[in-house]
Amino acid sequence: MSFNWRWDFTWEILPRLLLATLNTLIAAGAGYAIALVLGLILALAQRTGWRPITVAVREFVEFIRSTPLVLQIFFVFYVGPQFGIRLSPWTSGMIAIGLHYSAYLSEVYRAGIDAVPRGQWEACRALNMSTRDTYVRIVIPQALPPSIAGMGNYLVGIFKDTPMLSVIGVAELMHTANAIGSESYRFLEPFTLVGLIYLAISLPTAGLIRLFEGWVRRKLGM
Amino acid sequence: MDMSAYPLELPEGDRPMVRFMNVTKRYGNLVVLDKLNLDVTEGEMVTIIGPSGSGKTTVLRMLMTLETINGGVIYVDGKPLTHMARDGVLVAADERHLRKMRASIGMCFQHFNLFPHMTALQNCMEGPVQVLGLSRQEARERSEELLTLVGMIDKKDQHPSRLSGGQQQRVAIARALAMRPKVMLFDEVTSALDPEVIGEVTNVIRKLVSEHNLTMLMVTHQMGFARDISDRVCFFYAGKIEEQGPPDELFDNPQRERTKQFLSAVKEAD
Amino acid sequence: MPIWDFLEIYGARLASGTLVTCAQFVLAAVIAIVVALLAGLGKLSKNAVIRGVSTVYIEAFRGTSLLVQLYWIFFVLPLFGLTLPKFVAGFVSVGLNVGSYGAELVRGAIQSVPKGQWEAAYALSMSPARRMRRIILPQALALMLPPWGNLLIELLKGTALVALISVTDLMFQAKQINASTFLSAEAFGSALVIYYILARFLITPFMRWMERVIARRLGRA
Repeated sequence: MSFNWRWDFTWEILPRLLLATLNTLIAAGAGYAIALVLGLILALAQRTGWRPITVAVREFVEFIRSTPLVLQIFFVFYVGPQFGIRLSPWTSGMIAIGLHYSAYLSEVYRAGIDAVPRGQWEACRALNMSTRDTYVRIVIPQALPPSIAGMGNYLVGIFKDTPMLSVIGVAELMHTANAIGSESYRFLEPFTLVGLIYLAISLPTAGLIRLFEGWVRRKLGM
Repeated sequence: MDMSAYPLELPEGDRPMVRFMNVTKRYGNLVVLDKLNLDVTEGEMVTIIGPSGSGKTTVLRMLMTLETINGGVIYVDGKPLTHMARDGVLVAADERHLRKMRASIGMCFQHFNLFPHMTALQNCMEGPVQVLGLSRQEARERSEELLTLVGMIDKKDQHPSRLSGGQQQRVAIARALAMRPKVMLFDEVTSALDPEVIGEVTNVIRKLVSEHNLTMLMVTHQMGFARDISDRVCFFYAGKIEEQGPPDELFDNPQRERTKQFLSAVKEAD
Repeated sequence: MPIWDFLEIYGARLASGTLVTCAQFVLAAVIAIVVALLAGLGKLSKNAVIRGVSTVYIEAFRGTSLLVQLYWIFFVLPLFGLTLPKFVAGFVSVGLNVGSYGAELVRGAIQSVPKGQWEAAYALSMSPARRMRRIILPQALALMLPPWGNLLIELLKGTALVALISVTDLMFQAKQINASTFLSAEAFGSALVIYYILARFLITPFMRWMERVIARRLGRA
């Protein structure tokens, strides 16, 4: 085989790849939604002031962050059946990727919350606000704008990590390109197209996130 | 520590608005306040002066429950603030008790601590709506009234970042007053301000003293202002009240050596 | 099966996988550091061509997935007449991928060196190369070491993907053991723990030590 790009083949496989892109976007979106919520829980759990919880959550986050996502995906997918719990590739994939990124997002939230000046907490105290109101009305709105850049980076990150879901058979972009490759024995077009599709989505997204950050800051009058 | 020496409630006829009773505060080994006893009666304006590190700000922060105490009891309006009665003795207060008691105290900070994502009006309405449960309409009326009092009604829709330091501090005073506290605490409210805007804040406080029957505790470095408006001045030194009295007496005829030294050092700096 | 029995039987395979992972890590790290320096400096170059090449490299590798890059280098590059053995394709892909992130760290750190330092070096009429090497880079190095610590952990995690082109690293061994025994918790669990130990008790302390050394050399300790 040598280098010759076949346009007819390109046009033939493009619709199939674009359809798979949809799956990739769904996987990234769902995984991100899980990570956003779980990350907040992990961040707040480290602020309870109860040391055993803080230390345990901290170690858990460190563990998740320093081990490979692809291994975590395998772990979630295969360990369930060993104990009689059967999870579909999609479910295990979403759990693994959501959990993985929740660890990163919890760090983003933590940094954002830590950046809120102590005086703001004291003012809430002086106004006799409840802990819940303090977080919901004062702290989180201020922690948000500085967190958006980090949150956006991880949105793009999760999108770029979805190809790993192909290892357990989630029919996303990479999995489809692989399938096309092994059916046709042509890898040049599908793998190159996958690369281009990733570029075409992640580069503009990074720009949009910067615009969004500016918009939120203006919106909050900061 | 033996808590039986502390009454569950102060008796009728001996109920100052605020009473510090043998209050001790330590950071590690450092004793910041040593068995402080201080009463503030209703409607009184008490100013605390002293060198930095003498524990004066800590007095206000403990009263606002921003700091815990290591010994003694603080009473507000006759009832224990830092403690609560259980089975006939005082035990350390839980969060619920603190929240209930804290409602009668308001505080203004050196660095204003306005909420940056809210306008001046929203800052004032936040507490009344979220904490006191007022309707938005009532909260708005109350807040606008107070913003008028502090001369900030024209700027009510501005965010703090668009206001000068003096303007922010005036909004912060309105915000604290909107909670209708019985005791107001002013913690070095002019220290972070440019000299030319200090007057607009002190004038608001003067107005409060002359027109409202609020109990106030103030920490300040402005001796002239303290002398003008205080009913009583306390000079703190090394975690203790070294000397206290009516402002004219304390400033014109200090009895203690340390008070004299401090006052002359401050005068030279002016 | 008790974990001790499992380790007795499969420990040697996990250990050999760990060695391969370490080799991949070191080789990929060398590539990443070299490429990051070149591209990071290249992006600040006055020469538009160098700047362009650096930008394209950085954006292309940061904008796509490591797995896509790995497959492309392993499956597609041979079509252009460049066939890399899988072991080499593995660490080269990981190194190039992480290098693109590292380049941004290098660029950011160099730009964070205070302007006065550039001007002072200029006032001593140092040549641009000398100014960069003697004055700017040492200070930039101190600034970028902490984020490089995180990046090297990402690099270690990235090496796990080389198992997908059958490099016999730790991830690969865990997969093989799982496939033949179905002892998934033991196989993947011990691999997770080994990665954690490498990251937390080797890479992180090493980077902390580097930070201290650099700080001392800059007289900041």
